[in-house]
Amino acid sequence: MIEALTLTLRLAVVVSAILLALGLPLAYWLAFSRWRWKFFVEATVSLPIVLPPTVLGFYVLVAIGPLSPFGRWYQALTGHSLAFTFEGLVVGSVLYSLPFAVQPMAASFSSIDRKLLDASALLGASRWRTFWRIVLPLGLPGVLTGFVLSFAHTLGEFGVVLMIGGNIPGATQTVSILIYDQVQSLDYATANRTALLLLFLCFTLLTILYGLRRSSAWHLWEWK
Amino acid sequence: MSASTTSALNVQLRVRLRKSFPGGNSSSFALDVSFVVSAGVTILFGASGAGKTTLLDCIAGLQTPDDGEIAIGETVLFDSQSRRNLPPSRRPAGYLLQSLALFPHMTVQQNVQYGLAALDKSERAARSLQTMESFRIASMARRRPGEISGGERQRVALARALVTRPRVLLLDEPLTALDAVTKARIVDDLRAWNAMCRIPILYVTHDREDVSALGENVIVLEAGRVVAQGTPHEVLNRPQSETVAQLAGFENIFECSAIGSHPEQGTMTCRIGGSGLDIEVPLARVNVSLPLRVGIRAGDILVATDAPQGLSARNVLAGTITSLRQRDITVIARVDCGAEFEVHLTPGARRSLQLEPGARVWLVVKTYSCHVLQSSG
Repeated sequence: MIEALTLTLRLAVVVSAILLALGLPLAYWLAFSRWRWKFFVEATVSLPIVLPPTVLGFYVLVAIGPLSPFGRWYQALTGHSLAFTFEGLVVGSVLYSLPFAVQPMAASFSSIDRKLLDASALLGASRWRTFWRIVLPLGLPGVLTGFVLSFAHTLGEFGVVLMIGGNIPGATQTVSILIYDQVQSLDYATANRTALLLLFLCFTLLTILYGLRRSSAWHLWEWK
Repeated sequence: MSASTTSALNVQLRVRLRKSFPGGNSSSFALDVSFVVSAGVTILFGASGAGKTTLLDCIAGLQTPDDGEIAIGETVLFDSQSRRNLPPSRRPAGYLLQSLALFPHMTVQQNVQYGLAALDKSERAARSLQTMESFRIASMARRRPGEISGGERQRVALARALVTRPRVLLLDEPLTALDAVTKARIVDDLRAWNAMCRIPILYVTHDREDVSALGENVIVLEAGRVVAQGTPHEVLNRPQSETVAQLAGFENIFECSAIGSHPEQGTMTCRIGGSGLDIEVPLARVNVSLPLRVGIRAGDILVATDAPQGLSARNVLAGTITSLRQRDITVIARVDCGAEFEVHLTPGARRSLQLEPGARVWLVVKTYSCHVLQSSG
């Protein structure tokens, strides 16, 4: 069980870190772009919320498999397939948790008064400086929410992991897969302990998140 | 005197631009202006919707004109012919947005030195401190915009815009929300600052009190066009457009039609619409087929209790006082002569003439007190 737990935590850390790096520019673009076809991107980003994990997992599996150009390219590069590996899980999870990271970030960015961005530009700041000095500090609550949600969402993921990673202990067997495995073998007592652990973990995370949100400490910039 | 000060004295802001906003018939709007302003405070006066903010946005680079040229001294900010269009961050303009747009997560000092990123730390601190002292906000350097008063926020915004030493300052109705005393103090500090730096300051307002109080120059904007420009004295004493008339404080504005002109007497006769009342006004170069407006200041009208005789004034109108009320030290009389006139008197004149509502009076108006305004339509 420890093996599955460390694997799950490792996956969640890697995925939420990637989503932070990926989500910030994407959320910035979604919040401020005036491109007329932006809604198309918005719909695509939100798709994983409504799509069954099996559908997403299936297509990711096909895309990283040996039959797709990307799969062949990756195999030629590394010598092995992405499917049924930890890296494959990361790819699937990033896609699956994308809306949970991007949506809160984009929402908090677009609630920032545009006049502040104008004022920043009028004072000679580049877009880059405006992002780091104005957009990011003022949008921080949304950025942290997106980070925590994508972390927690990856912890509890099941369908996509099963489709892409299968059930290989030490490589792709996360806690949620382990529970499934234990129930399949009718080991209810162990399944109960594992399930309780995951429940406790997710509950703690969300309690911290919402607790922080309530307090004024949430506005990190007020600490300085 | 160093070379930089000498050139600063000659810096002019030159603006010539057109920008249209297509819409329905009623909502389409075009800004089409051309003017030059020198160092000092120039008031940009106009009703809301006249295009004042759009004009400032174009100068600062937040909006792009359809064509034209904007330059400060030798620096061209925008030129449609050479397709030059500097982004706001590279224009040497300080712009005080109407909402101020102070950064809420930064202290007063951090706000003020935000535009000084290119300087090293000690120079940045020294320069921001000096500017904060000029605008009397150094004592609140560590507070955030949410923790200071409205007048103090205006000062912070001014300091933040001026600390970068812009070559033109744009102010979009910056002081409207303030009481008169606070406003006057801020304006004094701004004047003191500009006595040193001498840059063109464009000050947008729709408040006519500001015009003579603040401006060395006035530009009057009406429906996207400049309808008058000059010193407050020049603009207010030769009003030709309705915005200026309102600005100049004509309490009486009448719709008229020209019914006869007397070039040899230097006058023409106008009939006030909706009445049989004719008045003599100065001969003016106007299109007589269009409706005219005649503006008369309430303080320029004489009141007589007997039919006056032997006057040079051409207009003697008999009427009846319909109402009298007093505001501060001005008695405001409404007199019905077929058309209703507003007349301002002193309380002393009211007492000595024993004026009461219903009293029969004669109004005397000099020809040159009647100002012919061409309506903008």
